Amino acid sequence: MDLLTRARRPARRSYGGLASHLRDPARVVFLALFGLVAAGWALVAFDGGQFLTLESVVGIQQRSAALGIVAIGQTLAILAGSLDLSVAYLISLTSLVAAEIMAGQDRNAGPAIAAVLAISALVGLVNGLVITRLQVHAFIATLGVGLIIKGVVDHLYDGPAGKVPESFQLLGYSRVGPIPVSAMLWAGVAVVAWFLLSRTRLGYRIYAVGGNEEVARLSGIRTSRVIVITHVLCSFCAGIAGLLLAARLGAGAPTVGTDGGYELESIAAVVLGGTALAGGRGGVAGTVGGVLLLAVLDTLFNQLEVNSFAKDVVRGAVIVIAVAVYARRGTRRVA
Amino acid sequence: MKRALPILAVLVVLLAAIAIANPFFLEPAGFLAFLKRAAPLVILAAGQYFVVVSGEFDLSVGSLVTAEVVIAARLIDGDESATWPVLALLIVAGLLVGLVNGVLTTKLRVPSFIVTLGMLLVLSGAVFLWTGGAPRGALSEGFRTFGRGGLGTLPWSVPILLVAGAAAIWLMRADFGRTLKATGDNERAAALSGVRVDRVKIFAFMLSGLSAAVAAILLGGFAGVSAQVGQGLEFSAITAVVLGGVVLGGGRGSVLAAMAGAVTLEALFTLLNLYGVSGALESTVQGVIIIAAVAAGAIRLPRKPTPRRGDAHAAS
Repeated sequence: MDLLTRARRPARRSYGGLASHLRDPARVVFLALFGLVAAGWALVAFDGGQFLTLESVVGIQQRSAALGIVAIGQTLAILAGSLDLSVAYLISLTSLVAAEIMAGQDRNAGPAIAAVLAISALVGLVNGLVITRLQVHAFIATLGVGLIIKGVVDHLYDGPAGKVPESFQLLGYSRVGPIPVSAMLWAGVAVVAWFLLSRTRLGYRIYAVGGNEEVARLSGIRTSRVIVITHVLCSFCAGIAGLLLAARLGAGAPTVGTDGGYELESIAAVVLGGTALAGGRGGVAGTVGGVLLLAVLDTLFNQLEVNSFAKDVVRGAVIVIAVAVYARRGTRRVA
Repeated sequence: MKRALPILAVLVVLLAAIAIANPFFLEPAGFLAFLKRAAPLVILAAGQYFVVVSGEFDLSVGSLVTAEVVIAARLIDGDESATWPVLALLIVAGLLVGLVNGVLTTKLRVPSFIVTLGMLLVLSGAVFLWTGGAPRGALSEGFRTFGRGGLGTLPWSVPILLVAGAAAIWLMRADFGRTLKATGDNERAAALSGVRVDRVKIFAFMLSGLSAAVAAILLGGFAGVSAQVGQGLEFSAITAVVLGGVVLGGGRGSVLAAMAGAVTLEALFTLLNLYGVSGALESTVQGVIIIAAVAAGAIRLPRKPTPRRGDAHAAS
């Protein structure tokens, strides 16, 4: 992760010292995460409990895995200067597709995964093409595609459907030591995205397009293609999250994506991690930190038995404050 | 006005289609009932227009509407004498939420998408924290008259809608409107030519909050108290504004077209209902039409003004 931030900001190495380290939002969010864990530990200990039990650590990881995977896809879209509001509906759709095709049979898992990825790719392709070819603002394009998916899903299903075989449910529940398989999947997706962004040409192009599309085009980047690819990758991530949620529920559900509020939550997690909503600045590391921060906050509230509505209030405030802090830090750089 | 023409044409076609399927629609009572149903969304769209044309988003209006209705029900609790003070309080609350949105967006330089998303979470959390999870209390008859009752066949919603629409159009023709559009088109140029950009934007957010308060008063009367009354209204309002040809990113489009967009959206729902499209598929049709309308607008538009495709993707 160090490599990533350094690769992005060669100019800033010259500052040196703690202050320059703190100017990087990804570091700030991990520092905040560390602070929150310490504060949480103290608070819960004061309350007479134990904060970081094996149970709560596993809980934090499991709670954040699905959102984390979606948020990584969302990071790619946002870095390219776009955003994706259709992910929540796509998650519902893919969870249903997976569970229906598996129909409780182990041997159907392969085809189901293939079908989910194919559908995700198709949705991402449509998103990207509507944005680039039809020149529809990403907000409207992905909202529209999301509504289309919602209509189809609501038309075909009233409630949970399909059945996920026991072996596939292991993806949702089993763990190796303190690390759930779902968290490993999340880490895998994060590493792939990190590699893509920091070590491949496509990654550099994503940053270039998000930074300034016109300049990127004039420097010979096929900007439309980059935007389409990021949307396909973003939808892939949503599809994987749909598979994960199907494994956890044991069936597909038409409202699993929207109930989780994944579209806005994932965008919130991405900006909490210091990625600029306008694109071009940020990275995967910050997003992972942002998702973990939200999950630790959740766990802390649960352990302190705070009213769930208070959670929303604090969450909203945290997001706005965090972005305000980043905006303040950014002022010195922006000419 | 030129930009308003396509949406007006679509609107006329939709209204004609409704009239063919349901001749009652042509009678004053039928049409007024339609306007009454459309009024909250049209008013919300006008408020959202001010924010969008200044280059920002307001995602908090849906939860603001819910919050206002729930607050009104709890405070009034069936007590007729509390109606007017609570109405005043709702208006003030709407303006205040807009003020906070605007100040956070301009002074702290947080993208409005994030500010209003945070406000959405805070409002929906806070109001149910206060009422303990579900709406409590009841609205008074006096309160519900605005959304439900009327003078003979003329529902109160319609004059309220006309006044709000006229005020919005007047505002856009006044100095405020010109500076607002200039701010949305090019914030730096506007600031350099002496526009107090922050103040103009804060005022736009306050207008959006005000419109949410008025919409909440109408919806509270029309639909009653529920925790879902404002659900999804933020997306509907933005959709309506965009349907009217207003460009996300700011600087283009008229408030009249934005309101026409809202009426069109409502007409579309009515039409789908009439032709018996299942409630579920309604959103599919809505999605297709939004994309198609915006795509058609983008393609028909000549590219002669500054090439600003870069802006089209910036969410803030």
